[in-house]
Amino acid sequence: MGTAGVSASCINMASCSSLKILTLLSLFLSPTIVETNNIEAKAGQFFSSGHTNNWAVLVCTSRFWFNYRHVANTLSVYRSVKRLGIPDSHIVLMLADDMACNHRNPKPATVFSHKNMELNVYGDDVEVDYRGYEVTVENFLRVLTGRLPPSTPRSKRLLSDDRSNILIYLTGHGGNGFLKFQDSEEISNVELADAFEQMWTKRRYNELLFIIDTCQGASMYERFYSPNIMALASSQVGEDSLSHQPDLAIGVHLMDRYTFYLLEFLEDIHPSSTTNMKDLFKVCPKSQCVSTPGHRTDLFLRDPGSVLITDFFGSVRKVEITTDTINLTAPMVHLEDTRPVRELRTEIQTYMDQLPVAEIIHQKPKQKDWHPPDGFILGLWTLILLVFFKTYGIKHLKHIF
Amino acid sequence: MGLLSDPNRRRALTNLLTRLNAPICVVCYLAGVMWFMGLAFEPFTLRTYMSENAMGSTMVEEHFPAGERALATGREFAAHKKKVGGMPVNWLVKTMESRGLEVFTQSFTRKLPFPDENKERYLVRGTNVYGILRAPRASRTEALVLTAPCSQGNANNQAVGLLLGLAQYFRSQVYWAKDIIFLVNEHDLIGMQAWLEGYHHTNTTGGDWSPLHGRGGSIQASLSLELSSDVITSLDLVLEGLNGQLPNLDLANLFHAFCQKIGVLCTIQGKLQRNDWESTSGYSHSAQTMMLMVLKQASGRPWGDHGLFLRYHIEAATIRGINSFRQYKTDTTTIGRLLEGMYRKLNNLLERLHQSYFFYLMPSLTRFVSIGYYMPAFGLLAVILLLRALDLWVQLGASAPGTEDGLAEREQSPSSPGVLSILTPVVISHMTGVALYCLPVMSQEMAVQHFPVSETEAVVLTAIAIYTAGLALPHNTHRLLQGEGTEHGWRVLKLVALLYLAVLLGCTALINFSLGFILALSLVPIAAFITPHTHKPLSAAIMVLLSPGCTLLYCVLIFQELQETPVSLQDGWMLFLSVISQGILDHSLYGSLVYPLLALLIYPCWLLLWNILFWK
Repeated sequence: MGTAGVSASCINMASCSSLKILTLLSLFLSPTIVETNNIEAKAGQFFSSGHTNNWAVLVCTSRFWFNYRHVANTLSVYRSVKRLGIPDSHIVLMLADDMACNHRNPKPATVFSHKNMELNVYGDDVEVDYRGYEVTVENFLRVLTGRLPPSTPRSKRLLSDDRSNILIYLTGHGGNGFLKFQDSEEISNVELADAFEQMWTKRRYNELLFIIDTCQGASMYERFYSPNIMALASSQVGEDSLSHQPDLAIGVHLMDRYTFYLLEFLEDIHPSSTTNMKDLFKVCPKSQCVSTPGHRTDLFLRDPGSVLITDFFGSVRKVEITTDTINLTAPMVHLEDTRPVRELRTEIQTYMDQLPVAEIIHQKPKQKDWHPPDGFILGLWTLILLVFFKTYGIKHLKHIF
Repeated sequence: MGLLSDPNRRRALTNLLTRLNAPICVVCYLAGVMWFMGLAFEPFTLRTYMSENAMGSTMVEEHFPAGERALATGREFAAHKKKVGGMPVNWLVKTMESRGLEVFTQSFTRKLPFPDENKERYLVRGTNVYGILRAPRASRTEALVLTAPCSQGNANNQAVGLLLGLAQYFRSQVYWAKDIIFLVNEHDLIGMQAWLEGYHHTNTTGGDWSPLHGRGGSIQASLSLELSSDVITSLDLVLEGLNGQLPNLDLANLFHAFCQKIGVLCTIQGKLQRNDWESTSGYSHSAQTMMLMVLKQASGRPWGDHGLFLRYHIEAATIRGINSFRQYKTDTTTIGRLLEGMYRKLNNLLERLHQSYFFYLMPSLTRFVSIGYYMPAFGLLAVILLLRALDLWVQLGASAPGTEDGLAEREQSPSSPGVLSILTPVVISHMTGVALYCLPVMSQEMAVQHFPVSETEAVVLTAIAIYTAGLALPHNTHRLLQGEGTEHGWRVLKLVALLYLAVLLGCTALINFSLGFILALSLVPIAAFITPHTHKPLSAAIMVLLSPGCTLLYCVLIFQELQETPVSLQDGWMLFLSVISQGILDHSLYGSLVYPLLALLIYPCWLLLWNILFWK
């Protein structure tokens, strides 16, 4: 820019020498100018994923000693999520039963996920927010939608905003279209989809990752219709999710297969890894899981290949150290670049027309299906028949019947 | 017009009924017997499976190490038992306390109605000793029980030793969610009955026992151990309890699962399972196993110490160690591991066993038939009674407008001679039944004074005497009867008798299918075909041969045959007498209902039929 202008206005040879020095100087300066542009471009990248905070809602819905593996599943995801940076204040952990202190546990105060007691996922710093009989469908939906009584403590609330990425993990016993809570009630996939829609209209999430590890788990995400949701399930409709391995000292199955391999996959993730969602979809193929894991990405706006695992599982703050100054008073040009994308999003973000009066008023009457004639016409016909037989004799009746 | 209100059609139906009645009855009887025998055929049975989720698929590694030490303890117990000449209460209390249990004793006395061969005295006195292992972290709401009987002589010493060894091993574990009660009871069933009554604060049989000072909560399940040798070749499972009640099938499934896991040979009714169900011998083997179970259930007595728990809705079974001449022997450590595994599984229970069947028959340890499959066999037999009753009803209805000379006497008093003529045999039969129930026990002193027999024999012989005296009744009641000899009279009586028998057998079969079925097998033919017009000597002989008493004799002989210890008629007779005395004793000691049922209800019914035979 500067060089061309200088050379264009260089008419007389006398000022050309000073101009030459100027061009040489600008040549030296341009890398630094390019650098500043690079920093600003990177600064633009900070806000490309769109979220500023991460939340996690981890739910184990089954109780009783023989459902040890569901508690171990949830605790292992909790452990990974905490390790990758989401703090306890941003995790809502719901465990329906206490396995660590169950009377039948031969190793009290521990919950193991690998046999031979390799990995204790209970640890020293577990914070369970909803425990025992507090894990109900009503409480779960209230947590998601935020409709909690004013006396609820902060640790039991999901205080997310429209810039939060939320990870929701459910495990337990499920069937086609429902998930069993506590052996006494169920949540259906329609209820869950409606809860997510409520979250969307209340702007309670930016993007949502839904993982479910139950039998026929794929039925639970079939009914979602809100945008920005990506869903994974451990088995398709009609398939059972199987457990991984029993521990012969404790006497229960320790983990489910899908979560076991998910945990193995997550153990390799660290806060700065760039693994994306496409690798998560590959976790636990049919050869290892026996069931076929499924996923759903049609409601998600970004390409799954560009979504990092740490966007949901970790609370990653992008920090880039620079000694240069960035001019924040000047308007950031790249904002205009992203605005068209935002435009697209705002189109989808319109509220649904609650009462489409125009459609109702100007509707053409529907073509009614043929139906048998009503009572008046039947009576009329009977009258006609009776008159006919009366005039022509009743004995003809027996030829008809 | 409706089928039954149109007189023409009604007449056609009733003609059909009268014509085809006898063939249908015969066909139904044969079908019922064939259905019952077909229950043992393997393709008609189901494989057993574990129904309770809490006792599911996961297995635990058992670590019980101390089999030899258990045997040493057993020998010590035997020595002390011989020294004391009964139950070594102080030694047991001291040993259990040293193992860390909370020990309590209960003393009991029981007055027998008559001394039987085993006890030989009227009063039985004893002590039960039990120790409670408290669950380390749980509250004291539920319990499991392990019992071993303190028998006389050299029996069951190893069982008590293993019980104490397991108590020591269990005490050092932290994973118990229920209290475990280790009970050593004296005098087998009498002591067990006293303990159970004391535990549940009930007194149904009139015993006298000291109250229990220590309790463990509601008992979920119980196992009784009978082990009389250091090594065994197989383990036998005994399920039949008082009044034919059976524990939940899941307990048998649990036992079988552990036998398979540990590799011990397991049997039921003492018979090993065979794989060749297609061959005749294979089928007869499972038929024999099933018949043994049916006969044991029909006797209504508890076949192990576990039998008395079932009344309190506690699932219980007896495990008996058998040492026969097989090559592969199992040692005490392995039995201890099997019991440890079973108790760890029972520990996982959250509620009482209720998912599996309570009414079933087992042709082998891995196959069962549930109530839905075996009840039609009885139903076919009951249908015969109903068909005959219907036939009689039709005959009675048809003969009423038919007789003309009977019109005059009918006009005078239409129903009172009818009712009275039936009432007399019914009342007299039932009074004979009451006499059969009460007199043997009440009159034993009188009998002993006049005859040189022991009390037991006196009781039994009095019972048989009253039974045979009933055979003479028809000749005597006729003197009291007014409407003697009428066709109408015996038909009404037979109708009443048929319906009465149908209701009786139906109710019995619901509670104790085996008893109902065996009684039906012998009583239904005679009830169906007996009339005063049949050939009297032949019918009388058949009736006596199929009477309840003789049915009992046949059952005793068949039972001995199936146990592979066949007896001659002489020994069979002695066994029969002892069975009668055991039945009377069981009734007064534990509340078994077989003897009152036979004496008060079945025998009068048979007497009614006998009355019909000698109506003229």
